[in-house]
Amino acid sequence: MNEHLQFVAASLAGRFEIQLSEFRDQVSLLVQAQQILPICQALRDEFEFNMLSAQTAVDYWPQEQPRFHILYQLYSLAKNVRIGLRVPLDGNIPTLPSIEGIYPNANWHEREIWDMFGVRFEGHSDLRRILMPYDWEGHPLRKDYPLGYEEVQFSFNYDEIDRRKPYMKE
Amino acid sequence: MGIEQKLGNMGAVTLRLEEAVNWARTNAMWPMLFGLACCAIEMMSAQAASYDMSRFGMELMRASPRQSDLMIVAGRVSRKMAPVLRRLYDQMPDPKWVIAMGDCASCGGVFNNYAIVQGVDEVVPVDVYVAGCPPRPEALIHGIVTLHEKVRGEKIKDWA
Repeated sequence: MNEHLQFVAASLAGRFEIQLSEFRDQVSLLVQAQQILPICQALRDEFEFNMLSAQTAVDYWPQEQPRFHILYQLYSLAKNVRIGLRVPLDGNIPTLPSIEGIYPNANWHEREIWDMFGVRFEGHSDLRRILMPYDWEGHPLRKDYPLGYEEVQFSFNYDEIDRRKPYMKE
Repeated sequence: MGIEQKLGNMGAVTLRLEEAVNWARTNAMWPMLFGLACCAIEMMSAQAASYDMSRFGMELMRASPRQSDLMIVAGRVSRKMAPVLRRLYDQMPDPKWVIAMGDCASCGGVFNNYAIVQGVDEVVPVDVYVAGCPPRPEALIHGIVTLHEKVRGEKIKDWA
């Protein structure tokens, strides 16, 4: 692990309760939902991680509890190191403090997470759907959301599907 | 033809109104810039130097729907884009035609899911479907020539 990252991880482990995991020079910290704001503030102000390069979510239903993991990837331009944060969340519409005040580009990332997973961010200035139409119901990237596909009409089921088509009713 | 036989060479050419109007419509049909995704690249290359669409009358592509006759829907239409597409189609003045270019516009293509409109004929009435992913410029030109033949065959009771 990079020396700077070792120093960062050691000092954060002293102040907050985090779990460190490392895989081939990639460092990932598992943090709790209430601590995400002070941790991000510390990372930006004291340790010079000035860029949020990615913020996404993963749905582990039904294999794992808690169901959602929100991932943050922070990058330090001066030191050229990256660090990842993971926040586990559970429930139907879980809430999490928004880091828009610390990294302003989290605005669209958090709108996308709300749209696709249904995780609400408190303190977000404008939380609405960004990819789907504004009156869409449901959160598409959850694992229990149906694929929404149209059944393909091959030659073996050609007649069955033809019977259900709207032009057959005329 | 009848009147020339009776009155001789008057120095004028006569033809049916249908033929004249349809000839004028096909020879100067201006498409609207509606390239959404990858099919737009093939539409651009069909308009460019090697496969020239200007020889078929499509000298330029107008970005404004008010000044265009033909809408080539090139690319996949998402559910969020479908009302926008309908609005632009409604803003085009008559006579107007629609070519669904590519697989995604014709039937949803490879994207068989909740987010993509499965065939743009759910939204606008389509005259010619061009298959391909993406269709070669020659295939698009073939589709345009097919549309021209269709327009040449239109009767006066359709548009009058």
